[in-house]
Amino acid sequence: MWFVDHAWLVPLIPALSFAIILLFGKRFPRGGSEVGILAVSASFVLACGTALQWINHVQNAKGSEPSVDPVIHSVTWFQNAGVKLTAGIDIDGLAVVVMFVVTLVSLLVHIYSTEYMRGDIRYTYFFACLSLFTASMLLLVVADNTLEMLIGWELVGLCSFMLIGHWWEEKPNSDAALKAFLTTRTGDIGLLTGVIMTFFIIQRSFGVGSFDIQQLHQAAAASSSPAVAHALGIQSPGHTIVLWCAAALMLAIVGKSGQFALHTWLPDAMAGPTPVSALIHAATMVVAGVFLGARLYPVFFHGFSIGDGTANPMAVIGGITVIIGAALAFVQDDIKKVLAYSTISQLGYMVMALGVGAWTAAIFHLFTHAFFKADLFLGAGSVSHSGSHHSFDMKKDMGGLKKYMPQTYWTFLIGTLALAGIFPFAGFWSKDEILVNAGHNNYVAFVVVGLVGALMTAAYMTRCIYLTFFGEYRGGHGHEHHAGDDSDILPADHAHEPHESNGIILGPLWVLTFMAVVVGFLNFPHFSKFEKWFQPSSPESFKGILHAVAFNPILAAVSFTVAVLGIVIAWAFYAGKLHALHDLSERNKVAHAGKTFLVNKYYLDYLYENIIVAAIKGPIAAGAYWFNQHVIDNVLNYTGRGARVVGRFTYDYIDQKGVDGVVNGIATVTGEAGGEARKIQTGRLQFYALMLVAAVLVFAVILWIAT
Amino acid sequence: MLLNQFLLLGAFLFCTGIYGVLTRKHTVLVLMSIELMLAAVNINLVAFGAFHNDPTGQVFALFVLTIAAAEVGIGLAIVLLIYRNLHSADLDDVDVMKG
Repeated sequence: MWFVDHAWLVPLIPALSFAIILLFGKRFPRGGSEVGILAVSASFVLACGTALQWINHVQNAKGSEPSVDPVIHSVTWFQNAGVKLTAGIDIDGLAVVVMFVVTLVSLLVHIYSTEYMRGDIRYTYFFACLSLFTASMLLLVVADNTLEMLIGWELVGLCSFMLIGHWWEEKPNSDAALKAFLTTRTGDIGLLTGVIMTFFIIQRSFGVGSFDIQQLHQAAAASSSPAVAHALGIQSPGHTIVLWCAAALMLAIVGKSGQFALHTWLPDAMAGPTPVSALIHAATMVVAGVFLGARLYPVFFHGFSIGDGTANPMAVIGGITVIIGAALAFVQDDIKKVLAYSTISQLGYMVMALGVGAWTAAIFHLFTHAFFKADLFLGAGSVSHSGSHHSFDMKKDMGGLKKYMPQTYWTFLIGTLALAGIFPFAGFWSKDEILVNAGHNNYVAFVVVGLVGALMTAAYMTRCIYLTFFGEYRGGHGHEHHAGDDSDILPADHAHEPHESNGIILGPLWVLTFMAVVVGFLNFPHFSKFEKWFQPSSPESFKGILHAVAFNPILAAVSFTVAVLGIVIAWAFYAGKLHALHDLSERNKVAHAGKTFLVNKYYLDYLYENIIVAAIKGPIAAGAYWFNQHVIDNVLNYTGRGARVVGRFTYDYIDQKGVDGVVNGIATVTGEAGGEARKIQTGRLQFYALMLVAAVLVFAVILWIAT
Repeated sequence: MLLNQFLLLGAFLFCTGIYGVLTRKHTVLVLMSIELMLAAVNINLVAFGAFHNDPTGQVFALFVLTIAAAEVGIGLAIVLLIYRNLHSADLDDVDVMKG
């Protein structure tokens, strides 16, 4: 098993590539990008080899309940007072899956970036960061101890900071980078605490402290009952410390994976270049949190008592995030922000799946989501690159792009269908598996949450598709009526027709689209290869945690119907309404040239009017208008408006005032405390030195008296 | 041997160094005062090493010398940069960190 045994090469190669690009990148004919692509390709090949050998390894396992131990190789990093710190690899199904996803998506993003970032002022630097980003995520994935994971984790955070703030000359971008960094840092406090606690959990169980993940699994399992502890031949660390460790690590997941309350950095992170967004949202950064949850799953399972079917922090936070993220996606005009909130919602699914005991479903969803979300982000990038003059505003600069960019349209559409959970695309299978498992483990409430989330997902993605690709093109026309305010922002070529992107951009899109279509079948009922190959099967520490659940056709039919319903409602609401509004504008005799822009302008006004002002002003006119509508139309309207109100409310009050308010409050308090503290900062070096000498003297006197 | 005289010399040098660091305005003089303090520490180390018949003190003094050399290198580079930016090497002018 050469590939599995040498999996440490997978993170090492991009790390070397980072160094090479940083030091010599500018001397290469293509500015270092070829080094990055070559390195990530090598990593991808190695990851594929590892995956194939692992699958082969699993297939060859004998016995009725074949147990396949992870492959672990480690070297001693340093040793002191009986405590040994190691660095090494721990290759099992989970690591293999995530390695494959990270290297594939990263490779496609690298290729895509050569076109998307062409002519960028920091082209070489960008590729260096991409390499480091990939390397640190892979380090996190192969790590065999929590300390090594911590290193990878922090490096991932650092790289996302550098890449989100890639165009730091503009203040909002550098603000967004800082926000992402500081928000995830808040969660990282939890990780640091949790990692320190793993040491003591293992110390209690094994007598000697360590950060080893396998030992941690066993110790966590031992905390569940004395019988298990006896069977494993170790002491139980006690439930309390495992619970606290799980809580601390949960904070880390909340920060990194954009779960509710710390999710606000993710939409702002859209300030980075689009390929970076794809990488952050599909393969690195945000999935790091879910990966941590899956990697240290016994800690959460036994700490939060997930097995007994009661609500636990993990499932509840995940569930809230599913709904909140989906609701927020309704009110965004920026296509990337729609996708960002969508990611938050989908990450909520994964965390919720972990919280309801559906480990395999969570990882399967991570796997499928990576492909179609990367597809959607790169598609959005393609739209802005060639269709909307580098704008991401769906209402102002897009619309009707279907006929200009047919290939982008098709890839985006398939990605959307996969995300919405439409049979037979990837998202259908993974989302369904989460729901089936949640139902099987008696988490009925979360099945409902999942279904509502599926409905909303289908609806907001339909809105997104509609605004971007249907209707009429608004970019060029809208601009003419708006000459005063944005003519200086748009580049001079705005008169150009939108056109299809070239092959370097479309190639990765089609690869990802292909993956989005096929990967779902890996866990086709009764085929279930994903489960067989990648589910951990070391029996002691995962005993009682994982169990296969049969595919449930009724639930699948329900979730499919719900998704279709979401699409139909949204389509009727957005596409149908536009025609009615068109008439309205003619009746009101508000004459302007440039119909499309008008329609959109009114469309906005109309929505605000109905939601906010309708109750106050002109009930008669409103009533007359309502009577004009068909009965079904009304039902559709209510659903659509309901979603918008919920979304707007969540955005305005919970997100902006509640969460941001708390964050701002903390910042104000800190700022004022700092204001008081600054008075002793005279800025005079010798004053500081004097303080230093005085302090030493005081200590010396204390020491002298004490002895 | 007598230890006292060495320790007294060390203490005197150290106090001179501290006085220099706290009162001199010129950055280079402050650096020189720091060197004095380091020299005082070295005298103590060597004196105690000889007193206990233990070479560790001397070895340690060698380490201090090496670090001091590096420190002077960096210190002078900083002084140069300060002078280039502020056109003065007066410590009172370096108050960017003033709160």
